[in-house]
This record gives sequence, C-alpha cells and structure tokens, in this order.
Amino acid sequence: MHELSITQTIIDTVIEAAQGASVRRITLEIGELSAILPDSIQFCFDACIPNTPLAGAELDIKTIPGRGRCRTCGHEMPLDMPYGICDQCDSLAIDIVAGQGLVILSMETVPCA
Amino acid sequence: MCVTCGCSDGAEPTLTNLATGETTSLADPTAEHTHTLPNGQTLTHRHGPPDNASHAHNHDHGHDHGHDHDHNHPHSPNDPPHSHPDSQLPTPDSRLPHSLHTLELNVLAKNDLIAAQNRGWFEGRDVLALNLVSSPGAGKTTLLTQTLNDLKDRLSFAVIEGDQATLHDAERIRATGCGVVQVNTGTGCHLEAEMVRRGVQTLQPPAHSVLMIENVGNLVCPALFDLGERAKVAILSVTEGDDKPLKYPHMFRASQIMLLNKIDLLPYVSFDVDRCIAYARQVNPDIQVFPLSATSGEGLDHWYAWLLDQVNTLK
Repeated sequence: MHELSITQTIIDTVIEAAQGASVRRITLEIGELSAILPDSIQFCFDACIPNTPLAGAELDIKTIPGRGRCRTCGHEMPLDMPYGICDQCDSLAIDIVAGQGLVILSMETVPCA
Repeated sequence: MCVTCGCSDGAEPTLTNLATGETTSLADPTAEHTHTLPNGQTLTHRHGPPDNASHAHNHDHGHDHGHDHDHNHPHSPNDPPHSHPDSQLPTPDSRLPHSLHTLELNVLAKNDLIAAQNRGWFEGRDVLALNLVSSPGAGKTTLLTQTLNDLKDRLSFAVIEGDQATLHDAERIRATGCGVVQVNTGTGCHLEAEMVRRGVQTLQPPAHSVLMIENVGNLVCPALFDLGERAKVAILSVTEGDDKPLKYPHMFRASQIMLLNKIDLLPYVSFDVDRCIAYARQVNPDIQVFPLSATSGEGLDHWYAWLLDQVNTLK
C-alpha cells in the first residue's frame, strides 16, 4: 500500500513548509488516474498525524478527473481508466493529459502562541 | 518517503552487500542533513527516533484573548426574543489569525528528482538499467538467474534485489557469480529511487554493463515510482489470469516490454495467450511481448536479442 509512504511524505513536506506554525487544514489534489486512493490517503493521514505538529489538522482532498488525447486524431475525451478507445477514430493510442497528479495545493496555518 | 532525501522513514529499509555481508540502514537516524525550501530558507533534519537535542513534539497550550467577543448584529430592547445556537458562535480557534499558503508541491517530485539523477548517472556510463516488475511468484528471479548464466560471457551484469525481507533471492543471484546487493524494504511495498541510488553506490556497476533492478513482487505500487531505469520489464506467468493487464493497467501501461513466462505450463492451465496479449496492447499499444519459459529455455532467445539490442543502442 503505497498510500502510507505517500502520506508520510505529505506530512513531512507540510511540517517543513509550516516552519513551526500549527497547521489547521491541508488541501490536496489527487488525479483519478494516479493509482492513489483518496480514502486510503485520508485513512493514513488520520492514523499518522497524532503526536505530530499536524495533530488535529483537516485534510481536504479534491479529485481531478482523467482526460486523454488521441495520438492519431487529436480528439480529447474523459478517461476513467489509464487507457481507452478514441470515440472518434477507435484508436487505442491515447495519451493521458490530466488526472495523474498528486499535488499539495495549500495549507492553512495558525501561528503558535 | 522523505521528500527531501527519499528515505522511507518508518519502513526501516536496509541494504545488504552480498560481497561483504555488511548491512546498512537506508533510514540512518544519525544522518542529519540540510536542504533548502522553495522560499530559500535552509532547514536541517534527521530521520528515525528523535533525540534530546532536536525533536518535534506536541504540547497543549491555551490561547488567551485580550478582547471581548462581539456578535455580528446589534441587540435592542425591541428585538423579539431569540437565541444563538452554539454552531453560529465563533469558536476560539476560528478567531485566531490564520493564513493560507499556496504550496502546489508535487508529492513525488523528490523521488522523480533522484530518479533523474540516477538516469543521468546510467547514461553517462552507458549502463543499461532495467526495472523488473511482476506479482510475487511470476518467476522474476528464475528468469534473471537464467539470463545471467546464459549471457554472462557476453555482457557484464550487476543486480539490485528488492524484497520486503530475507536475502534469499540475492543469494541465488550471487551463486551465478554476479555482483548483487539486497534492498530489504521492511514494510515498504516497492523500491524508491533513493534505494537504487544507494544500491548503485555500493555496487558501482562498470561502464557498458547491465543493471537489473528486481523490484518487490507487486503489480500496483512499483508502477508509480520511477527509479531512473531505461525501461520497466513486466513479467507475467501463465499460472496467473490472462486478464492481469486489464486488472493492473498502470503497471502494464508503464512497461516497455512484457515477458510472458512459464509457457511450458500452458498444457496444464487455462490461459489464453492471444487474449492476454490483446489485453496488454489495449492498455499499452506500444508494449512488446515475448512468450518464454525460464525453466525450459523456450523463447529466451527473443528476450536476449532485445536485451543485446538495447545494450548496442548505448554504445
């Protein structure tokens, strides 16, 4: 389950970026073709943050739908798997153009008293 | 994985040099290191259990306010009687000053950066690095030992073995006379670029050699982590379902070739080779497929021809 090591990376990144401030909310963007499950990230996050500077922080996950572009005719289409068939020319050569990312968009901090 | 150095803290990965028997931790708690944040600030940290000199901790503290809390509408004697539900009252926390920081950080960026460094190291020395991926039991190690034995007079090989635990596979590789290090990922389910970087430092594969990286048996997680390899080589055996490429599309899409292993068992199992290849090409139209058997030797010549051709393109 790669989500655990990925969640630890997210937590480390945010702790470093917060520079000692308390973090109240983190917003993530997860592509639907990224092979990363938002529910698993949420589960791992809740399990990992107690006893860290992120204790009590909320995780807000935005999902990005998959999109592909046909290498043969250039048509763009939604994708719900990391492959597909062009609905214009039936080509299987589809490049993924959106939905593979995993990005920490932002964090909301409160200064430590 | 640490975004800064790639260490998989918590997973306790180790690297064992089969030539010396020496085992080192890949998450060395004493390895304090420094890096620079996007805003230019320099931070120093270490992995593993915190010590007394430098550690993060949580503490409870109250926030005192030196002012009264106001409600957002005036009250007058003429107001009708009403109450304020608690949920409409500001909580102490929400009244604290807070700020929104835009980060837009790619979580896998650090792994990808180390992978790019690995790739540069390989290209600079004409080393062909291949990432062998499969589910457990597909026959990766048998195929690898057969390949080493058959081609060791023509090519120079080095091997990084990845498993959660044991030195079993590395010992099988060492028996062929090939240089090998074993990475034990502990709880980790895949190799990361930093593990390969450390393995390469130990192995020092010579110029014009082939570095075989045998990943942890797993068709999901290794697909996400670039190691700096020239190509992923997916190994699928006919004792598995012929629809595996559709069930694990990320891995078969990420692989340049698919070795369909154990074809000597086809008379005894229900496995449609043509259907499997069609599924693989549905996921990845460019994938090359070589049906073979590492134990009987059938079809190995096509795989060897591909390997030699790849090596020749480096020179």
